Amino acid sequence: MLRWLPEDVSTYGHEIDSLFYLIYYITAATFVLVTVLMIWFLIKYREQPGRRAIYNHGNTTLEIIWTVIPAAILIVLSFMSVSTWAKIKRTVPPTDFEIQVTAKQFNWDIAYPGADGKLGTDDDVKFDNDVHVPINKVVRVHLKSTDVIHSFFIPNLRFKQDAVPGRTIMAWFEAKKPGKYELPCAELCGFGHSGMKGWLHVHSVEDYQKWAAENLAPKAQ
Amino acid sequence: MSESAVAHGAHGQHAKPSFISHYIFSLDHKMIGRQFLFVGLLMLMIGGILAMLVRWQLAWPESPVPGLGFISEPYIYPGPNGGGIIPPQTYNALFTMHATIMIFFVVMPIMVGTFGNFLIPLMIGAGDMAFPKLNMLSFWVGAISGVVMLSSFFVPGGPAAGGWTGYATLSAKAQYTGVEWGQHLWIIALMLNGVSSLMGAINYITTVVNMRAPGMGYFRMPLTVWSLFITAILLLLALPVLTAALAMLLFDRMAGTSFFLPEGGGEPLLWQHMFWFFGHPEVYILVLPAMGITSDLLSTFSRKPIFGYHAMAFSMIAIAGLSWIVWGHHMFISGMNPLLGTAFMMTTMVIAVPSAIKVFNWLGTLWGGSIRLTVPMLFALGFVSNFLIGGLSGIFMASTPVDIFIHDTYFIVAHFHYVVAGIIFALFAAVYYWFPKMFYRNMNQTLGKVHFVLTYIFFNGAFFPMHFLGVGGHMRRIYNPLQYEFITPMHDWNIFITWSALILGASQLFFLGNFFWSLFAGKKAEQNPWQANTLEWSAPTPAPHGNFLTTPTVYRGPYEYSSPEVTEDWLPQDKDIGASTAAKAH
Repeated sequence: MLRWLPEDVSTYGHEIDSLFYLIYYITAATFVLVTVLMIWFLIKYREQPGRRAIYNHGNTTLEIIWTVIPAAILIVLSFMSVSTWAKIKRTVPPTDFEIQVTAKQFNWDIAYPGADGKLGTDDDVKFDNDVHVPINKVVRVHLKSTDVIHSFFIPNLRFKQDAVPGRTIMAWFEAKKPGKYELPCAELCGFGHSGMKGWLHVHSVEDYQKWAAENLAPKAQ
Repeated sequence: MSESAVAHGAHGQHAKPSFISHYIFSLDHKMIGRQFLFVGLLMLMIGGILAMLVRWQLAWPESPVPGLGFISEPYIYPGPNGGGIIPPQTYNALFTMHATIMIFFVVMPIMVGTFGNFLIPLMIGAGDMAFPKLNMLSFWVGAISGVVMLSSFFVPGGPAAGGWTGYATLSAKAQYTGVEWGQHLWIIALMLNGVSSLMGAINYITTVVNMRAPGMGYFRMPLTVWSLFITAILLLLALPVLTAALAMLLFDRMAGTSFFLPEGGGEPLLWQHMFWFFGHPEVYILVLPAMGITSDLLSTFSRKPIFGYHAMAFSMIAIAGLSWIVWGHHMFISGMNPLLGTAFMMTTMVIAVPSAIKVFNWLGTLWGGSIRLTVPMLFALGFVSNFLIGGLSGIFMASTPVDIFIHDTYFIVAHFHYVVAGIIFALFAAVYYWFPKMFYRNMNQTLGKVHFVLTYIFFNGAFFPMHFLGVGGHMRRIYNPLQYEFITPMHDWNIFITWSALILGASQLFFLGNFFWSLFAGKKAEQNPWQANTLEWSAPTPAPHGNFLTTPTVYRGPYEYSSPEVTEDWLPQDKDIGASTAAKAH
């Protein structure tokens, strides 16, 4: 099961994955413990002639133990999650690389700043569904929607953020490995939801400059 | 309270009621419970068929479903040999209606409607519900809501296709889904359904508070009654919020308001907040009765008192209380302030504790018992096993960073099916267990065991691999997984899941056959076939309108199994064995 997580090419994905593994080991151990005990009790305490069930209404000490231990584990898990969550969702690192993603039924409209270096102006350079970024660069995404709620999902980057009409939501990612990564919509958005997807192209620095020179600069002039 | 029981008892001695007043507009809580059961089982078949169609499309996308060609375009496209191909719009409608029907028209009517109605008065020693006419009205408004919901299949544009969560703005404007009246009717049906549940809730609360038999203190009530009582309080407080949200949605669609539409100054996330403020207590509305019933069955068939009765009651109260402050965990990546996400993660982790207590106390109940693996017991154990998996998988999504990845994937689908579809095990347990009291006959135990084994295996075959798909990133609610390069390599699991689901569906014929055969030809039931302690088994079989021949007096709690005071291994709550027991009973 563990191998099934898609390859992680982001800077923060390993923190998500290690939390996932930790919870996986804790829950798997709990599952095995409870299941083994249950099967053992079902066999050992099956109805047998001449044996009567123990007349017992409970045990406060045991109940306190199995209240406190799960509570302690869950509190620790909470605190371990707080910092990763804050890093991914509550802060956006400073960067000079910004793009705007506008979701609409059933496409991602991608915009890069034009010659003025600003997003949301008339000279923005626009693409359908294809995002090109360099590696090792913090990418700040201005996420919008023009109609319904969509969700911008890049499995390989452990990135997911809903796009909500009427809002601009800031999000970010940083890719570590060049490649082509699928970019599906993860929130039901209508009859064309399935198949609403794009591609994230992560380039080496040189390749990105080449792509930008061919695709961003000429249009900007 | 005893006066009203006597009054109803007298009512039962009236002249033989007509067919209509006995079977149709009945005021008897037992008949109303049966009515809810039949409607719920019918809807279960419809909801199940919708699920099979969804699974067919996911395993063999856009290939013709045998026998579906009779439905006209554009809802189904014709295929060879009378088959029909499901288009994307219809697919969205199928999973929307599957979830809506299963939650509001199967689990709620059966777990709350049937067993709430049938069991509360019998288990607390009352002659009927506090308000029999309101009870009848609750059923009939609920039945009308079901008719309205089903009628949406036959309007132009088809039924609602925006998901059972009906997220605005998708649901707030017809142009976004292409569904006009289907979505209107969905809203209206859910509002009616809410009114029906509200009437039931008021009745349950009043009955439990006012009509308990002499000696039936709150802490002598069976946990089934506790769970239904708490559920009724949750319903009373949660449903008005859903009704308000639905009214606002209907106004946005039909009257030009903009509660949820940003172009008019509205806020799409307001819908999510209101929906989940109802929706999370709703999850516990669905699962608490299953927990209560499971507790009673585990104790009865272990021939042993429930382990930690007070802890079991208080953990249900804790779950109910906490259920009001966890709704935001459905919205971690919705765009809601991420700091709120942190707060909701904390409360969500806390709510896992009382759930854990319940599982451990169920284990404690089995420990040292004298366990009878009857059909109801097997299904109750199946519920525990599923709830364990569903509870543990919930911890993954409670952790906000992990939820970033698994939100809206099949991991979530696996999780909530283990919890909500897992309730079906408690539902079957309850039907097998109380069938002799409801229909005066026994169900066939061998067929029941076959039904259990098949259901348990193929339930897990259908839902467990969904975890793997989710971990691989497989989104939920997609029409064709083969449109995605990263999902395609996992496709064999989709086929495996579909085969399991189809066999799971077919296995239910063992239940339906057994149920209807036993209804007419089953062996006549004894008054107390399971040798259980609770009061419903002290009532005659068949119980008359008014239930008890004389109002029972309660001497002890419901779990006095294998008590050293008697030679049998059960001791009914109303059995008078001398003064010493009354003092000892907890």
